[in-house]
Amino acid sequence: MSEYIIKNGHVFDPVQGIKGDKKDIAIKDGKIVDKVGSGAKVIDAKDKTVMAGAVEIHAHIAGPKVNLGRIYRPEDKLFSCTPTKGMERMGGGASIPTTFKTGYEYAKMGYTTAMEAAMPPLFARHVHEEIRDTPIIDEAAFPVFGNNWFVLEYLKNQEIENTAAYIAWLLRVTKGYAVKVVNPGGTEAWGWGLNCLSVNDPVPYFDITPAEIVSGLIDANEYLGLPHSMHIHPNNLGNPGCYETTLDTLKLAEGKKAKNKFGRESVMHLTHSQFHSYGGTNWGDFESKAKEVTDYVNKNKNITIDTGNVTLDETTTMTADGPFEHHLTGLNHLKWANVDVELETAAGVVPYIYSPNISVCAIQWAIGLEIPLMMKDPMRCYITTDHPNAGPFTRYPRVFKWLMSAKARETQINAFKHKDKVLSQTSIGTLDREISLYELAQMTRAGPAKCLGLGAMCGGLAPGMDADVAVYNFNPDKPVADPEDIEKAFSRCAAVFKSGVQVVSNGDIVSNGNKRTLWVNAKVKDNPQVMRDISEKFIKYYSMTQNNYEALGHHFVPNPYALEVDAT
Amino acid sequence: MTKKITDVICPFCGTLCDDVEVVVSDDGKQLLEVYNACVIGTEKFLHSQAKDRVTRPRLRQDDGSWKEISYDDAVEYSAQMLAKAKKPMLFGWSSTNCEAQSVGNEIAELSRACCDNTAATCHGTTLIAVQDIGLPTCTLGEVKNRADRIIFWGCNPAHAHPRHMSRYSIFPRGFFTGKGQMSRKLIVVDPRVTDTAKMADVHLQVEQGRDYELLDALRVAFKGEWLPDVVAGIPAEKIREAADMMKSGRFGIIFFGMGVTQSLSKNHNIDEAIAVTKDLNEYTKFSIMPMRGHYNVTGSGEVFAWQFGFPFSVDLTRGFARYNPGDTSTIDLLVRGELDAMFTIGSDPGAHFPISAVKPIANMPSVCVDPHLTPTTGVSKLHVPVAFNGVEVGGNCYRMDNVPIDCRKVVEPPEGMLTDEQFLIKVRDRLKQLKGVA
Repeated sequence: MSEYIIKNGHVFDPVQGIKGDKKDIAIKDGKIVDKVGSGAKVIDAKDKTVMAGAVEIHAHIAGPKVNLGRIYRPEDKLFSCTPTKGMERMGGGASIPTTFKTGYEYAKMGYTTAMEAAMPPLFARHVHEEIRDTPIIDEAAFPVFGNNWFVLEYLKNQEIENTAAYIAWLLRVTKGYAVKVVNPGGTEAWGWGLNCLSVNDPVPYFDITPAEIVSGLIDANEYLGLPHSMHIHPNNLGNPGCYETTLDTLKLAEGKKAKNKFGRESVMHLTHSQFHSYGGTNWGDFESKAKEVTDYVNKNKNITIDTGNVTLDETTTMTADGPFEHHLTGLNHLKWANVDVELETAAGVVPYIYSPNISVCAIQWAIGLEIPLMMKDPMRCYITTDHPNAGPFTRYPRVFKWLMSAKARETQINAFKHKDKVLSQTSIGTLDREISLYELAQMTRAGPAKCLGLGAMCGGLAPGMDADVAVYNFNPDKPVADPEDIEKAFSRCAAVFKSGVQVVSNGDIVSNGNKRTLWVNAKVKDNPQVMRDISEKFIKYYSMTQNNYEALGHHFVPNPYALEVDAT
Repeated sequence: MTKKITDVICPFCGTLCDDVEVVVSDDGKQLLEVYNACVIGTEKFLHSQAKDRVTRPRLRQDDGSWKEISYDDAVEYSAQMLAKAKKPMLFGWSSTNCEAQSVGNEIAELSRACCDNTAATCHGTTLIAVQDIGLPTCTLGEVKNRADRIIFWGCNPAHAHPRHMSRYSIFPRGFFTGKGQMSRKLIVVDPRVTDTAKMADVHLQVEQGRDYELLDALRVAFKGEWLPDVVAGIPAEKIREAADMMKSGRFGIIFFGMGVTQSLSKNHNIDEAIAVTKDLNEYTKFSIMPMRGHYNVTGSGEVFAWQFGFPFSVDLTRGFARYNPGDTSTIDLLVRGELDAMFTIGSDPGAHFPISAVKPIANMPSVCVDPHLTPTTGVSKLHVPVAFNGVEVGGNCYRMDNVPIDCRKVVEPPEGMLTDEQFLIKVRDRLKQLKGVA
């Protein structure tokens, strides 16, 4: 494999504590190394910013609900189609791009790893087929557990060991990565058109509360010692006053400690926290409770969060929170798609327009920025748009601009139709913090990599780590004349390397790289009871036989990378 | 000694039964018996064993006779045809696996073709309606475990999806439906007294082509508003009875078929049926699902969607993907004489298209990739027989509820025969050479 040396760039690497020093980054055999031979290809990064490849911790980029979005929104392709070009296959779609376009767009912005945040286990093959067709970036998928009948039955009886054995089995057969929980219990209730809006609402028939599900899944996650923590989308998403449910959920992590060999310190990851930080009693007195939520998270070191920034675009919301999407279609009257998945989960899809002329949307925008600006430790707060729910991932450079420039925020606030309401219902106007490039590297690289248990592999530039490197046309020595320059610089990289292969040069794709699918192979003690329960459920209640359930073979996971966990 | 293979997937209809068992000879070359499958599925498996099966490509000669040629010659003909054509059509894809569909899409992209699947003449109208109004649906296991109200609208699963009712919709005893058929009410909407209709608790014998009115009347009945004495040939009391039955269930589902998608009003019928489903979600839980025909037509739509962004009738001739059914759909393109080459795979347009759309196929360079002899092979210039997908080669397929299931290979194909995917890969690679693409 070729050798490269990236010379004279301003390096930002939280893993080694490098804060913009001029430093050469050497690449050999797919890894970062101390030095390379004189024959190494030189990449001139003078006056440029060099960071590790970015890590996306939460996006919906592959699988049945994403594709349902593509199928039912031809309008999303209008003016967004891209032709075949060199290495690049045809692409299309703005909020839900085709798989090829998804891979290229991430790579062009310097992202080299991405997590598909919700995989319905029954549809694992579909998720993996799309992951296979998403070039360049390493990907992993989180199967959803929060409404799974096995989990509900085991946790009702506090059977942590059995829950863990089931999780290990499901991760193996679906080639999954982490324990994802979406509206615990509420999505099962949605099977009957109902919901669980607080952590104490009992789940119909199963007679267990969301609190018991969440607490039990954290315990099972730590029993196994998985690379990532339990990753939760709590109950009552998106409603005025929902921050109380969020705090109730966060409190369930109290006293719990991370146990794993991957360097992860958190036991709970609260995703798209923007959607969970709302106060007020209706859409009229809707207000930010970002302070209450971040105060709690700041104090409790075993919790990590991501933001879920609203980007003020037309987009397509999609979530395994089935009842929420039904609620949303009642609000905006746009087309509603829903899929209930036997024994496991559900999903809904509704288009949404975040208009700067609507006060609620503008307040949501402000809350998404307040959260990272109020978080004291950037290693525990990661930037996402919950793609495509709060906005498409292609808007990350714009979010970076808002975070890095108070002037850019002010310009946007002044452009809102209901500016006064935004200022009175949030504290965005009082925050003058500007995120530094080092903090940005923490929030988009080192932080999420650590939280995912990948801290030794990616998210940094220390020798021995994967050679995922992004070079941006951004000179940190020069004051930013125009905030737009930030957005421009982070939109298209000067160069990107993925596992030592140059995939982007001057903003163009030059290689389809060597994409991998990450998954977790957790070993547990033989558990005949769980195996018997699994085969019984398949015989009686699934519509598929157990022998046809596993995602096997080259077609689905052509280039796997398994993280081994031993919980025997 | 014979061998029994279990958990085999039946490559016939969208029900995609995966509990079939087949018995094969010791050497794995002969398929002897089929268990659990319906009569159609059984035939599909056994048909692969026909002794008179065509096993090599055949090229039509000037005098109308066939001449056997090698696969390499067939690859050359196909690649040359696609390289020269200005607007070729790659049609079908519904009876092959997703692996082959994926290679086919690469070919389409290289040759800037139009590509389309059988939804264009089937549930394409459903997809258009879904694009209008959305789709509240579920997997078939949800129906088995929860549903107590089943509506079959314009479909006849007793004949077209024979195991649907026993596996998923009427008879099975699921988690919350322990009494099986006894716990379910069945409504059938069909102008004919079909074998499915004979089983119904309520049969609404709608006047032909009046489905939209009946759906509309149901929405009125849900709200308890005024109805005329008779709508679509059905007395108002009967409509109200059906409406109350739907509303009073805990979990209901509407299955619908060609009877509504391809009769008068087409996609508007489905719009209204989905609106009925949405309305019912104000009272209880309701879903709706198209009864997809071919075993992998759903998969074709999925692969098209994640690669090009649209589920059918995709036009790549401008170098990027466009979608405009009626303009970019196969029958319309054929009838308007816009195509100059036809590549058919995994479907039989010769048997299902109007004659005005079939005739042009006979008058242009054309390839038909199909293990069977069909009306389409009859009008095509080149017939490329291939291994039976789901019998002689595995591969991923999507059930009518979009659940992916990996088909199994149970016997060896006749010696020297290629699979769909293998043949397409050869065509793709040759086409790349012709186009000068690395």
